[in-house]
Amino acid sequence: MSFSKEVIRIDAAKETDRIVGEMRRIVGRVLHKRGAVIGISGGIDSSICLALSVKAFGADKVFALAMPEADSNPESAVLARKLARHYGVRYIVENLTAALAGFQVYQRRDEAIKNVFPEFDATYKAKIVLPDDLLDKDTLNVYRLTIISPEGEEKTARIPLNEYLQIVAASNFKQRSRTNMLYYHAERLNYAVIGTGNKNEHEQGFFVKYGDGGADIKPIAHLFKTQVYQLAAQLDVPKEIQGRTPTTDTYSAECTQEEFFFRVPFEVGDAIWYGMEHNVPVAEVAAAMKMTTAQVEHVQKDIARKIRTSEYLKANPYHIATEQE
Amino acid sequence: MADLKSTLRQYIIDNFLFGDTETKFADGDSFMDSGIVDSTGILDIITFLEGEFSIKVNDDEIVPDNLDSLNNLDAFINRKKAQLN
Repeated sequence: MSFSKEVIRIDAAKETDRIVGEMRRIVGRVLHKRGAVIGISGGIDSSICLALSVKAFGADKVFALAMPEADSNPESAVLARKLARHYGVRYIVENLTAALAGFQVYQRRDEAIKNVFPEFDATYKAKIVLPDDLLDKDTLNVYRLTIISPEGEEKTARIPLNEYLQIVAASNFKQRSRTNMLYYHAERLNYAVIGTGNKNEHEQGFFVKYGDGGADIKPIAHLFKTQVYQLAAQLDVPKEIQGRTPTTDTYSAECTQEEFFFRVPFEVGDAIWYGMEHNVPVAEVAAAMKMTTAQVEHVQKDIARKIRTSEYLKANPYHIATEQE
Repeated sequence: MADLKSTLRQYIIDNFLFGDTETKFADGDSFMDSGIVDSTGILDIITFLEGEFSIKVNDDEIVPDNLDSLNNLDAFINRKKAQLN
């Protein structure tokens, strides 16, 4: 079979049945839990995981939470509520702003931003992004900070090492606090926590270790993002969720996952990645994607680097081997 | 005074290998492919270059050809210094 964008198509009905069967087996017989707790954001991944959970365990055995905080897009909680009603599951909102303020998350993050842009204050919005020129050049993933003034004026600068680390470390409290809250509800209900990461996020390391990376089962971690979308119709995900642009919903300025991490549209990155995994010659991929071989190689290198350099995120704590006598 | 490549090698050993000289890497080995640095490490290298050699690394210069081996770093710094003169 020759390579085309279509190779990434899956049989949605068959794949849904397979995942649902595995979820029942793992949650019931391996984890010995009685249902599923899931954080929903109004995004496609958590919506699909919610729908899969309902299919696997029944709506009465699924407990959904929205966990907004000061920087969340208000639309996310609105969509999350609609989604919970749509699937008929129990749903609560746990607002994490006070807890995060208690950890001084906003203060710690803003302190680092102000080191880069002294004019930054609470009236500004901010985000961190990667360069958008991956197709043109094999650039390395060094983040830039963008601030947006109340008047809409944008400024972008490369972030020095210490400030970068502090911004990320402070922001990661958000994902870790959400995981704490998910496990609170999971433990009190004797349910399993469903992780909502897809293959792109899991394998390339787009998650917070012990934050959104922490879960009992990750039912879509083997699916490319474009394959997750393919399950949407099968699982009756509302159209308005299917049409949303994936964002981080972590930074105060709107920040798409493409500009924060993946650097190319999913339909491009996924097909190229599939080609890599199946040893399809670069020239064949390039022809199918209507791209140059250099562009395909830049994307392949970026994906390979991310997979390699995120191994530690996916690893359990390392142990020292016992000395052999 | 140590030559440039030795200074760079010592920086890599001190900062990324905790002084472990048992880990061998050749002058042409990719830091990223050999698992010595990740993308945060690249930012660390940029910070070091800008502080130590008084050069400014531009965004469009953050590419493996400039930063991802001792040979590449050595050539890059020499090019940047030549531009300053």
